Amino acid sequence: MNQGSDVLVIGAGVIGAATAYFAARQGLSVTVIDKGLPASGTSSACEGNILVSDKELGPELELTRYSLGVWHQDLGEHKKLWEFESKGGIIVASRESSLASLNRVMAVQTGYGVAVEELDQDALREAEPHISREALGGASYSEDCQVQPMLVAAHLVRLATEAGARFLADTPVTGFLRSGSSSSGSSRSGSSSSGSAANGGRVTGVKTPRGDFFADAVVNCTGTWAGELAALAGVSVPVLPRRGFVMVTEPLPPMVHHKVYAAEYIDNVGSSDAGLQGSPVVEGTPSGTILIGSTRERVGFDRTVSTDALSLLARNSTALFPFLKHVKAIRHYHGFRPYCPDHLPVIGHDERAPGLWHAAGHEGAGIGLSAGTGKLLAQALLGQTPDLDLSPFAPARFGELPASEPAHHSTSPQSAEHREEATA
Amino acid sequence: MSTRARGAAKTAAIGGVVRVSFDGRPLEASPGQSVGAALTSQGITAWRATRKGERPRGLFCGIGVCFDCLLTVDGSANQRACLVEVREGMEIEGSCREDPSEETGGRA
Amino acid sequence: MTPPIVSADIAVVGAGPAGLAAAVAAAESGATVVLVDAGAQPGGQFWRHRPETVVPVPDGQGHHGWKSYLDLRARFDAARHQGLITYLPGLQVWMAQQNQPAQGDDAGFTLRTTPTVAEAASDRSAAGARTVVARRLVLCTGGYDRQLPVPGWDLPGVMAAGGIQAFIKANGILPGKRFVIAGTGPFLLPVAANIAEAGGKVLAVLESSSPTTWLPHLRAAAGVPEKALEGAEYAAVFARHRIPYRTRSIVTEVLGSGSLGADHASGVRTAKVDADGSVRPGTERVYEDVDVVGFGWGFTPQMELPLSFGVETRLDTDGSLVGVVDERQQSSVPGLYLAGEVTGVGGATLAVLEGLAAGTAAAGGSALPQKTAASEKTTARHRRFAEAMHRAHPVPPAWQDWLTPETTVCRCEEVTAGEITEARESLGARDARSLKSFTRAGMGWCQGRVCGFASACLGAGPGASPTAESLSSAAKRPLAAPVGIGELAALDADYEDPTNSLLKGDRA
Repeated sequence: MNQGSDVLVIGAGVIGAATAYFAARQGLSVTVIDKGLPASGTSSACEGNILVSDKELGPELELTRYSLGVWHQDLGEHKKLWEFESKGGIIVASRESSLASLNRVMAVQTGYGVAVEELDQDALREAEPHISREALGGASYSEDCQVQPMLVAAHLVRLATEAGARFLADTPVTGFLRSGSSSSGSSRSGSSSSGSAANGGRVTGVKTPRGDFFADAVVNCTGTWAGELAALAGVSVPVLPRRGFVMVTEPLPPMVHHKVYAAEYIDNVGSSDAGLQGSPVVEGTPSGTILIGSTRERVGFDRTVSTDALSLLARNSTALFPFLKHVKAIRHYHGFRPYCPDHLPVIGHDERAPGLWHAAGHEGAGIGLSAGTGKLLAQALLGQTPDLDLSPFAPARFGELPASEPAHHSTSPQSAEHREEATA
Repeated sequence: MSTRARGAAKTAAIGGVVRVSFDGRPLEASPGQSVGAALTSQGITAWRATRKGERPRGLFCGIGVCFDCLLTVDGSANQRACLVEVREGMEIEGSCREDPSEETGGRA
Repeated sequence: MTPPIVSADIAVVGAGPAGLAAAVAAAESGATVVLVDAGAQPGGQFWRHRPETVVPVPDGQGHHGWKSYLDLRARFDAARHQGLITYLPGLQVWMAQQNQPAQGDDAGFTLRTTPTVAEAASDRSAAGARTVVARRLVLCTGGYDRQLPVPGWDLPGVMAAGGIQAFIKANGILPGKRFVIAGTGPFLLPVAANIAEAGGKVLAVLESSSPTTWLPHLRAAAGVPEKALEGAEYAAVFARHRIPYRTRSIVTEVLGSGSLGADHASGVRTAKVDADGSVRPGTERVYEDVDVVGFGWGFTPQMELPLSFGVETRLDTDGSLVGVVDERQQSSVPGLYLAGEVTGVGGATLAVLEGLAAGTAAAGGSALPQKTAASEKTTARHRRFAEAMHRAHPVPPAWQDWLTPETTVCRCEEVTAGEITEARESLGARDARSLKSFTRAGMGWCQGRVCGFASACLGAGPGASPTAESLSSAAKRPLAAPVGIGELAALDADYEDPTNSLLKGDRA
């Protein structure tokens, strides 16, 4: 087990899988470990969105647009493997005030090069014949896409292994290996470097029940658990879980053709309410089911099923698509979206713990951003200048770990408990 | 209250026969029979096609577990034929549901 | 529009042998009881009978333990007349929840229900639905035939063995004329007997295991004389109707061509197998002119409601996932009792005993009936017998070899064995959960009820049997039954707060 790699990726969700794929394709020796199977966390409990339409202007939008290019070009040959659909997104306004807000947003987005087209009432009905009569108009985003995220993660891991990477399931991290001094060079020997002082020198690998793994670069791609893992290395990466419920209908003939959601959220982008919130997000899937999302609640890792959340989803979605009243829900699932206080992901080298890298905290956009994140990180790992400036996502922006932060072990025993139900 | 639909066969049976229709064709069933039994006993053993392979389907588990025997009853889509009891005048339709937005009423 | 709330001391789910017994025992202990059942009338699968609207006094023909049913039914009806039992038939529980404790007290349970069968189209707002609130909950959700896929098993005319029996019991007619019954377990016998007694021709009963495997377990069987009696009855029926009972025999393929065309079962190809289920070359045989093929490989307990509470589970001798209970049938969740097949498949007599114990315990706590010691002995005898039956009728380890890559495994989503093998071998899927994610097996209307066991086996790999964790992931169903989105929208209207529609969308 003591063989080293150039890169050790922790976590085989979409972010880790994409990072491993691009790193391996660049010729780096890569080991991927996961406490469970690929796509066992948030990747299996989301909707598989690749969205431009809902992004904040600035670094997030730039990363989104970059990632979209990676999906189409670098990963284009694999589209069929993960049911890539260029379905397009539609934002629907049902009130004059939200229509006005939407028009303002569209004007700004157009200035930033987002492909957006105004839809009047007739055009909206043509695009979505079953939309509510209340709908006044909307905006169409042709760049929005959807994938089946579990297949993305699983196939990227497979493709990475075909490019030489090694994957080990059921390998939870219990601690970091540190070199004696932060200026330590090679970590391959592993002989004298298994000290584990919390703020020791360079991160040279990790400890697991399957033995120690050494690497020049250790990449934390553990999504919602990234903060706990970082704490094991003595650094603060404040990634928090945000719970979201998604409801799945019976299989139907095509009724909803785009990803459709309500414009009303634009009036209230800055909400930091921890309580139950939701706005209708409705979309069909290739399997005929319709996904109805989604709520957002900051309740920690609470898995209690909430009939309030389901009822809210039902009311909001039937307001957008009245036919749904006569459709049955056959399943629901919930996931925990990893988010940072400033709602930007953490991507890059952590200078506070040299040798440790992070790619996590993509909130509800992780599927869409995974391709770009993986490619940019691989460039950085190779010592190249990434195609996109990663400094807005720098891990050190959160400063030092507070002394009181409990550095308890994070990733092992509760893995089954933290697993998500599979999605549509 | 909740038993009223199931009790309907009591009053609707005329001479021991319940008259229903399947895809527009008249069909005679016995009082108390399930829709699935009424169809199967008339030699109709498949009334639905699967979405992918368009494979024929009828009764399988017979107790409401497998959802293979779905059909439309009096405008209500995706009812389990093995569980629904025939009622006088019941309109039964096979195949998958077409469009749930057109299902909202008027029919009954 | 929110369904009316019905409250009681104890809620019981299921009106089969265990549920009826639990409701009766609880009511006779002085508790108020709400009994929720998906069926239209009491009896469950085991005592399913013609609609009482049509046959008011069923004769119990083809039933076992009918006297036991009549006794429980009389006590059930009496308790209803006394107002101790509120009976809610025709409702499926789509979600069961533990109430939030208000003052540190045990706050009880809430059941959300939806009509099993839709009301007329003009009135489909779940008018009959009720929300049930109770201090204690007894789950007696029973089970259904366990299935193993085989080429052609998705043809019309192929039914679950229990489905054939239910058809006969509920309708008084047969679903066809010429039958082959196959699989394993003692249950194949009454199914064949029911068919023959109703006038059908049973061409063969194919049992994959061998009678010699019974021998080591005879002591356990001898401890339950009524079972020996049942066996003798079946032997007589089989002899009278000349039903061939072929052991170490399986159906390798359901044939779909012939007089009934390619869209209906028309025959079966069979073979002899070794003890592990491996097909013996050269033993192939074809039965023609078969219009109904019945399969049963034991039973799968209906576990989604117990699992939704996170109860402790175990793998039973037959490979099923079942709930762990104490001697009073209480699960690992205080106040939640389990009885019948969800604690281990063991038949109706055992289910009644467990139901009585659960109902009594849920109602009273310490005041157990005096006959407890005797009934505990009886219970233990029946459990030993059930275990012996499970050991004598295992799912043959080599069954995965019977599949071709084209064989449908998930009937709802039409996922083939080849697709599942591919996901296991190239994507690392190794349990029912990852197979769901990667292939959609178990993601359709039935939510893996039919293919869950087989998927879990296929995930484990050739010859392997599934882990409890894999079976649990196959049996977790966050909605225990499909529920109308219109019904959900009508719940808890206090969430009409207009600010909710203004908040930022989830960019999941």
